[in-house]
Amino acid sequence: MTTHLRDEQGPFFGEFGGRFMPESLIAALDEIAAAYDEAKNDPAFAAELTELHRSYTGRPSILTEAPRFARHAGDARIILKREDLNHTGSHKINNVLGQALLARRLGKTRLIAETGAGQHGVATATAAALMGMSCVVYMGEVDTERQALNVARMRLLGAEVVPVTTGTRTLKDALNEAFRDWVANVEDTHYVLGTVAGPHPFPVMVRDFHKIIGEEARQQVLDLTGALPDAVIACVGGGSNAIGIFHAFLDDPDVTLIGYEAAGDGVDTLRHAATITMGRPGVLHGSRSMMLQDEDGQTSDSHSISAGLDYPGVGPEHAWLASIGRAQYLPITDKEAMAAFRLLCETEGIIPAIESAHALAGALTLGRELGPDKVILINLSGRGDKDVETAARYFGVLDEVALVATELEASSLEAGELASDALTDELHAGSGEAAELASGRGVQL
Amino acid sequence: MSDTTIVSPVGTRIAQAKHDRAGALIGYLPVGFPTLEGSIDAAVALVENGVDVLELGLPYTDPVMDGPVIQKATQTALENGFRLRDAFTAVEAIRSRVDAPILLMTYWNPVVQYGVDRFADDLVSAGGAGLITPDLTVDSGAPWLAASDRTGLDRVFLAAPTSTGERLELAVTNSRGFVYVVSTMGVTGARNDVDASARTLVDRLRAVGSTSACVGIGISTGEQVAEVLEYADGAIVGSALVRALSEDGVQGAAKVAASLAVGTRR
Repeated sequence: MTTHLRDEQGPFFGEFGGRFMPESLIAALDEIAAAYDEAKNDPAFAAELTELHRSYTGRPSILTEAPRFARHAGDARIILKREDLNHTGSHKINNVLGQALLARRLGKTRLIAETGAGQHGVATATAAALMGMSCVVYMGEVDTERQALNVARMRLLGAEVVPVTTGTRTLKDALNEAFRDWVANVEDTHYVLGTVAGPHPFPVMVRDFHKIIGEEARQQVLDLTGALPDAVIACVGGGSNAIGIFHAFLDDPDVTLIGYEAAGDGVDTLRHAATITMGRPGVLHGSRSMMLQDEDGQTSDSHSISAGLDYPGVGPEHAWLASIGRAQYLPITDKEAMAAFRLLCETEGIIPAIESAHALAGALTLGRELGPDKVILINLSGRGDKDVETAARYFGVLDEVALVATELEASSLEAGELASDALTDELHAGSGEAAELASGRGVQL
Repeated sequence: MSDTTIVSPVGTRIAQAKHDRAGALIGYLPVGFPTLEGSIDAAVALVENGVDVLELGLPYTDPVMDGPVIQKATQTALENGFRLRDAFTAVEAIRSRVDAPILLMTYWNPVVQYGVDRFADDLVSAGGAGLITPDLTVDSGAPWLAASDRTGLDRVFLAAPTSTGERLELAVTNSRGFVYVVSTMGVTGARNDVDASARTLVDRLRAVGSTSACVGIGISTGEQVAEVLEYADGAIVGSALVRALSEDGVQGAAKVAASLAVGTRR
């Protein structure tokens, strides 16, 4: 009998998923689940979403080959799925437009959202403006500071941004606050949950709105290379962009799927967000999945330079894919991610989101492991405009230092070779030292 | 379906309060706030000042049903190093000093990590009466239904204004002790007027067979307690007590409890 991993519809994925929520929200979740089931089978809903994808988001997003970057990845063939080119700058818009249409169907007039890096908040504010709804975005105070540009973008789009000052003041606390708002205002409000976590039906519904990424890319890679890619990779925080690109390939057993989690300062420290690598099963934000927690089940603080991956939980479908061995999840440190970030800027003229740079860092190791001419499809889930200040400070190139192009070219090429040597023996080890080498002298300008 | 042969300590106490007075006063405090000893003393003081049933909250990092006052208190408790085992210590200490049934109110993950059966057994050993589970509904609660039936612990599920008739029936038939009536759509916190929807919701619960329905969220005065007890079996007060405790210490909490208890007189 053939099993189709793509057919999973929740509420459970193996032992993961479900619905652990206050009774006050159960009616709303049932309402959404029913409306979504109805919308799924309504050609008018699909047609409207497709048209928005085409004329508003700019889908299909293109593929871009990255040959100069690939030289640092064992000469594998690196193909980027350019979700960064979507309107609003990331994959997040795919889900938001779907949910906003659903909210309109339900007669809701107010959208609320949580956001980490701000990408989901910007996308939600955008959809609210487009559809004439009011919008409130909850964002951890720490994140409002490190992603100030996105806060301004949301405000320009007419949304109210509420800095969340409870708990760790990051993404998980923004979710808590959004749930609290929703409990109080569920009558006129739809909570546009931004990732494939949360209670049923969110993990399934958000996945479905993002699976277009993989469906497009699968065909595009076939058209380009005549075959399926050897590996499909993405960064994983909550896991929406990863599930979006993985889903179309779940039943292609020869395609390796790897999600890269944020290892922050390293998984051997307490400052990381590598949920599947270091966590254990538990219940957080409405579903059972892997999570970072202490012995008592208190959620641990997570850390990542990337606000969008700084989350101690992960979507239940990822926990399931990991548990059955269909996908692997590997850690990437801040340093490795930032080195890859800079490398893509310098070799391809593309500034990636720091989130997506975790997948790029993974490709550097994976490419050398797979060998030349193997095809790696990377979900470039977002663009790095929002991260310019963070990256400029990280690399010390903010204002006071003028970069000399030749120096950069020299340092990055040399660094690539150094990194190549350093990483050969250490395929999946979150090797901070190697990453430091990869970023080379560029770091200490 | 709740096992009818199990005698509910909380249900018995509420029935007795209804017999003697207008109904029961249920008081909430978080364990470990301001300190473990302080929370034990405060809980004892509540009972000595007219609280019939204690509800002890377990501090949790992600309390989605709690408003700012309780969040602040539980966050303080966590920062002070609260551990789950402190809850059993508190229950045992309080039970040795006053005679009131104690329910723990806890989000679900700590119980999962402790082990549902182990948690139930340790709660029984400490002399606790049962659990209130704000983020665990009957349909997701099979392991807890089994553990509570095995141990005879009370289990309190929530009913909300948005709950369907079918779900209210599920809550009523599976709750033991009482059904927690979420009086208004929102998180915990004192409000000036307890939502009229509480009255409607209690009527709907009665219609599906509830004999023990207690109203919580938003109650902060003796007048409101009296008003709620006109139609419900108990009134639950949380934030107002926690605020008094944080501002005026154990004496302050005791004073507020006494003024709330006035509302239980017939």
